[in-house]
Amino acid sequence: MSNDLLVLDQVRLDIPAGRDWRTLVENVSLTIAPGEAVGLVGESGSGKSMTARSVLRLAPPGARLSGRIEFDGTPVLDLGPRDLRALRTRRIAMIFQDPRAHINPVRSIGDFLTEAMVTHLSVPAREAHARAVRLLADVGIADGERRMRQHPHELSGGLLQRVMIASVLAVEPDLVLADEPTTALDVTTQSEVMAILDDLRRERGMAMLLITHDLELAAATCDRIAVMYAGRILEVQSAETLVQTPRHPYTTGLMVSRPSIDRVAHRLPVIAGRPVAAFEAGAGCAFQPRCTQAGPECLTGRPPLRELAGAHVACVRAEES
Amino acid sequence: MTEILVRADGLQKVFGKDMVAVDDVSFTVARGQSLAVVGESGSGKTTVARMLLGLETPTGGTISVCGRVRQGRAGSAERRRRAREIQIVFQDPYSSLDPLQHIGDVIETGLALHFPLTATERRTRALELLEAVGLTERHAVMLPRQLSGGQRQRVAIARAIAVEPKVLVLDEAVAALDVSIQAQILNLLADIRERTGISYVFISHDLAVVNQISDTAIVMAAGRVVERGPTAELLRTPQEDYTKALLAAVPRPGWKPRRRTPSPSGSPAGTP
Repeated sequence: MSNDLLVLDQVRLDIPAGRDWRTLVENVSLTIAPGEAVGLVGESGSGKSMTARSVLRLAPPGARLSGRIEFDGTPVLDLGPRDLRALRTRRIAMIFQDPRAHINPVRSIGDFLTEAMVTHLSVPAREAHARAVRLLADVGIADGERRMRQHPHELSGGLLQRVMIASVLAVEPDLVLADEPTTALDVTTQSEVMAILDDLRRERGMAMLLITHDLELAAATCDRIAVMYAGRILEVQSAETLVQTPRHPYTTGLMVSRPSIDRVAHRLPVIAGRPVAAFEAGAGCAFQPRCTQAGPECLTGRPPLRELAGAHVACVRAEES
Repeated sequence: MTEILVRADGLQKVFGKDMVAVDDVSFTVARGQSLAVVGESGSGKTTVARMLLGLETPTGGTISVCGRVRQGRAGSAERRRRAREIQIVFQDPYSSLDPLQHIGDVIETGLALHFPLTATERRTRALELLEAVGLTERHAVMLPRQLSGGQRQRVAIARAIAVEPKVLVLDEAVAALDVSIQAQILNLLADIRERTGISYVFISHDLAVVNQISDTAIVMAAGRVVERGPTAELLRTPQEDYTKALLAAVPRPGWKPRRRTPSPSGSPAGTP
């Protein structure tokens, strides 16, 4: 019935901690349409990375994953090992924050780029090589032939992240999960890597889930943004309207507490306290202890996402803020 | 005429035979001033910070702090005197604290080394310092691993200001923190400066943070200063292409990522 590429419905992830379970992701529901870019924004412990990893069932060992995850109509949680491998290798690709930790240091860049094409797509080695060089050119690496012979330690972080993007393009997936792809890079390199990712994604009609702590980066590169806190989505809106009229007090707090290059505040407006993970949050709204708008009604139950003027917001007092 | 506390003159640092990390860098920091050193990775900004602290020996040029030229190896008395002049807070509060030392002891160790206080006085002072950075008595008995990243950075700041230095060097001190915690620490740093008249040398790659925390700034690329001036002016009307490129790359409302021409720092691929 839906034409969404990815559907997350009430996804929950618990990891074992001794005899107990610790909840990292709590009832996350989110959809991504084909070709759409969605930003998943949150601070550390918000569960944003774990949500993305859950899509590929890359949760930590022993973790309990429940709810419904549907990719292109197929329930991901019911897939057998073979189908799951096919999903991970061809349909959904992941870009990690630290390319150095995810690219085999003893193999050449050429090996890294051609491996997936040769093993999973049965492309002949010679053709895979030629394609890899073309992909390197696409990500702005001109001397591809030389780079193919080099090893990861010979490349800077920015170049290596571009190699990672090229490797994702090699299999032409339908969805890219990009987990803080530019956080470890310099700002000028970040701008370039995001531009490359953006261009190529649009050209090939790939959807993207961008996981980031940087609301402004997400706003500039995504169609829609979901803000996460303590394992839950607190707000979903189009990127354009979110930065103009944030509905959740947490989103507003994130926006105003970030210093700006255009103005100086005598004191930055701060969100008191520290961000918590889902298992640390008490009863009621998880953000309530840090919220300036909180009232007695915020103490009973987690507020569900509800529609408000085109946005979805999980706050009972959203109209008042 | 405000007193100049730090004067760096023609600083140079060469690692190995020919790896020039810092080349002809000069600046001054007046009492109560906050100077930002801005640059991307490999620009030499951290090497400058380390030379100010005496953690690296300059290959050329001079550094004077509080009117005295820093030269040669120092005996223990001289080292303590230097420590009371300048202190540093590092980026990573996870690795800059001893994992087995209680938070209260972290502060007290510094105090014991520098001030003739009784044990009771020392403890009281340590608690005052923890309170000054927004922590409480409860935290004094904890170990670093029991604290969050933001709390640890508060401890690192409390330890640095415990010896009442004239100058505090902050090397990417808020870079690893969550947005909501970063704002708290920036406000704390502003409060401390207002209250004590301390000077900051704020090393950062983040122009928005620099705008919030500093009065003047120098922009470094490939070991050299490419532009300098009052921070507000520098960010509003940058003169050099490199500064313009840095500014253009900062995400903000209406910004779109852009492909660019090769980096002006000219660092070849493969250099860390």
